[in-house]
Amino acid sequence: MKLSVLINEGPYTHQASDSAFQFTKAALDKGHEIFRVFFYHDGVNNATRLTTPPQDDRNIVNRWSKLAEEHKLDLVVCVAAAQRRGIVDDGEAKRNGKDATNLAPGFRISGLGQLIEAGIQSDRLVTFGD
Amino acid sequence: MLHIVNKSPLDRPSLDAVLQTGEAGAILLIEDGVYAATKGSAGEAKLKNAAGKFKLYALAPDLEARGVADRVMDGVTAVDYAGFVDLVAENKTCQSWL
Amino acid sequence: MTTKKFMFVNRKAPYGTVYALESLEVVLIAAAFEQDVSLAFMDDGVYQLKKGHNTKGIEMKGFEKTYGALEDYDVTKLYVDQESLAARGLSADDLCVPVEVMPRAALGKMMEEQDTVLSF
Repeated sequence: MKLSVLINEGPYTHQASDSAFQFTKAALDKGHEIFRVFFYHDGVNNATRLTTPPQDDRNIVNRWSKLAEEHKLDLVVCVAAAQRRGIVDDGEAKRNGKDATNLAPGFRISGLGQLIEAGIQSDRLVTFGD
Repeated sequence: MLHIVNKSPLDRPSLDAVLQTGEAGAILLIEDGVYAATKGSAGEAKLKNAAGKFKLYALAPDLEARGVADRVMDGVTAVDYAGFVDLVAENKTCQSWL
Repeated sequence: MTTKKFMFVNRKAPYGTVYALESLEVVLIAAAFEQDVSLAFMDDGVYQLKKGHNTKGIEMKGFEKTYGALEDYDVTKLYVDQESLAARGLSADDLCVPVEVMPRAALGKMMEEQDTVLSF
């Protein structure tokens, strides 16, 4: 089955990203296809490479980057939500005159159309939020 | 439909919303939503009433994390993340009641 | 392009959190993708439609007008939970756009008919 996941909250403050990660991993282990993981609202904060969580706790951002690399996942960060919250890649930095970028590996910034497309193309879309 | 509830019933009206709105299907309690399935809680009575209409599930890792896996009410089946995936696949659609 | 039935469920009040505003943005994109879009308003979500938002004092962007603009995008299926309105002392006359008010059970039936239900 083709599954997509929507994550509405940032790392650590809510369990949403954790639950979504465990769900995504379990789905992959069962042989399902993850069409897309879409990050919206504060969910875009899962895509900053500048976090330094405590050593003895999970590294939420790196975990997503690693899973994306292992399984060629499409992790998409909503551009409008990212602009509001300061998640920036090279393209956005140039376009909006920012002097830094912070997008973590494995993520890409794109429009809300990618979420709608995920809803259209997937058999199921599961939302994790507050 | 699979209804996913992630908030505790005394914190948010999400469980009430599902129970009053949802048609037959399944309810999966995850994150803080698992508290609704604990014996002696306000959630237990509500879920008991709903047991005829909905199949009831709670995510085992979330029960264990919160130290309440030993007091899950009768009629609620504990599932792991693989079981969560199966529930999503088995139901035509899913809705998260945030 | 495939057309699917997308329902957007709104259960949170406006301005206290961002969900009302940002979910509207998704609705507009879904409409642009020519999907079969409907919106459900329940619990505090009904407050989003209350007429007369005046956000000058809180210096936040008001978005009441956007609900009125949905019609231009062919988004006309707005369903409001009767019980939620009543519990908040509201009626359809208090709302900024025409809606279909219905009991919870009827709303539940509508939800079952959807291909994809999005919550924010």
